[in-house]
Amino acid sequence: MTIAVIDYGMGNLHSVAKALEHVTHENVIITRDPRCIRGATRLVLPGQGAIRDCMGELERTDLRGLVQDLLARQDKPLLGICVGQQMLLDRSEENGGIDCLGFLAGDVKRFPADMRDDFDHRLKVPHMGWNLAHQHHVHPLWEGIDQDEHFYFVHSYYVAATDDATVFGTTDYGRVTAHVAIGRDATFAVQFHPEKSSRAGLRLLENFVNWAP
Amino acid sequence: MGLAKRIIPCLDVDAGRVVKGVNFIGIRDAGDPVEIAQRYNQQGADEITFLDITASHEDRDTTVGMVERIAGEVFIPLTVGGGIRSCDDIRTMLNAGADKVSINTAAVTNPDFVHEASERFGSQCIVVAIDAKKVSAEGEPDRWEIFTHGGRRPTGLDAVEWAKKMVEYGAGELLLTSMDRDGTKVGFDLGVTLAISEAVSVPVIASGGVGNLDHLVEGVTKGGADAVLAASIFHFGEYTIPEAKRYMAERGIEMRL
Repeated sequence: MTIAVIDYGMGNLHSVAKALEHVTHENVIITRDPRCIRGATRLVLPGQGAIRDCMGELERTDLRGLVQDLLARQDKPLLGICVGQQMLLDRSEENGGIDCLGFLAGDVKRFPADMRDDFDHRLKVPHMGWNLAHQHHVHPLWEGIDQDEHFYFVHSYYVAATDDATVFGTTDYGRVTAHVAIGRDATFAVQFHPEKSSRAGLRLLENFVNWAP
Repeated sequence: MGLAKRIIPCLDVDAGRVVKGVNFIGIRDAGDPVEIAQRYNQQGADEITFLDITASHEDRDTTVGMVERIAGEVFIPLTVGGGIRSCDDIRTMLNAGADKVSINTAAVTNPDFVHEASERFGSQCIVVAIDAKKVSAEGEPDRWEIFTHGGRRPTGLDAVEWAKKMVEYGAGELLLTSMDRDGTKVGFDLGVTLAISEAVSVPVIASGGVGNLDHLVEGVTKGGADAVLAASIFHFGEYTIPEAKRYMAERGIEMRL
């Protein structure tokens, strides 16, 4: 039983690995070795920074084909986090427009710059901090987590999926409703950082480790 | 309902021990950063900032070990600041489990470092610490300047312009400390907080001068801060984090309770 955190060179993977190790006795590895990734029982696809760099590094490390193949098969659970969620969509507006993996129908859009809060102060982009995840559909990964629980976010772009059946959670920021939990079959992906979201985040990771889709 | 404003307790750490002392209600704490971070986490702190004030290089390894231990136990964002001068320093802290690093003096001496760091590690983990002091005289339009070396050395840099520049260079967040308020307990400098918060797109953490819970409220409602950082009011048990959060929520501020 091995959980592989896919390391294609983007972002800090230690937090994710440490949080997984906290909720399971299974072997957690950070790897870019295709054999290890194929041999793992579960996969985590993280992502930080600009999507052009993430997609670029996925190509450069020859992992894009492998990830796309694994997404097509759906024979083991995969958890996407942050840009690892955004990459599953068709296309992102970021960096002048980037084609993504196209596993789920929809786009990744930028938060508007002109939003104001209740005190008429500027609403910041990135959307950074703790916000509520509204559970839109029931899913095994939400088990034991309260409706409208706080999770930790850091992102300037958000997912707008086109198929309601793939949307499992939403979060409001200004006038935007972002699709912060999406998925189908054995894939689930979140915009927030479960590894930094205290008890609720650890519960989601535990649910992922126990998930048998 | 929406994005919560954050409360961030700050630990000043020297050679692996929290200095300035910490005194939670009923507990005299000798200053183990891991225990203190855990306790703040249990109290519902939204993030933890770990400020390394260790002077010697040898003792810095102790700090890395501390960051590793905190990151293995506390699953909320952890920012490490103090003496971050190179991309190697950043990598060391991120590998130890920090989520963000705070760059202070090195940003002033070499602004390109902020650019390089954000390109390499992503803006989301680069916090630029800004130490500002009011320099305008009574009756003049407000003006604040950047100071280094604990507020002793002026730089001639205008604080608002500097904040804008740091965001252009890739800072993902600003930690704004009012040097003339720090330690005074008379409240944040709301003028500079609001001026910078309105001038930049990224979140601003207000710091320096908190003496009571109304100061935290004002930081958000009048200063436009996205987060408030405090040390002594929590360390010495004057207020607990849940108390501060409830107080702010009762005044209409979105909090994670």
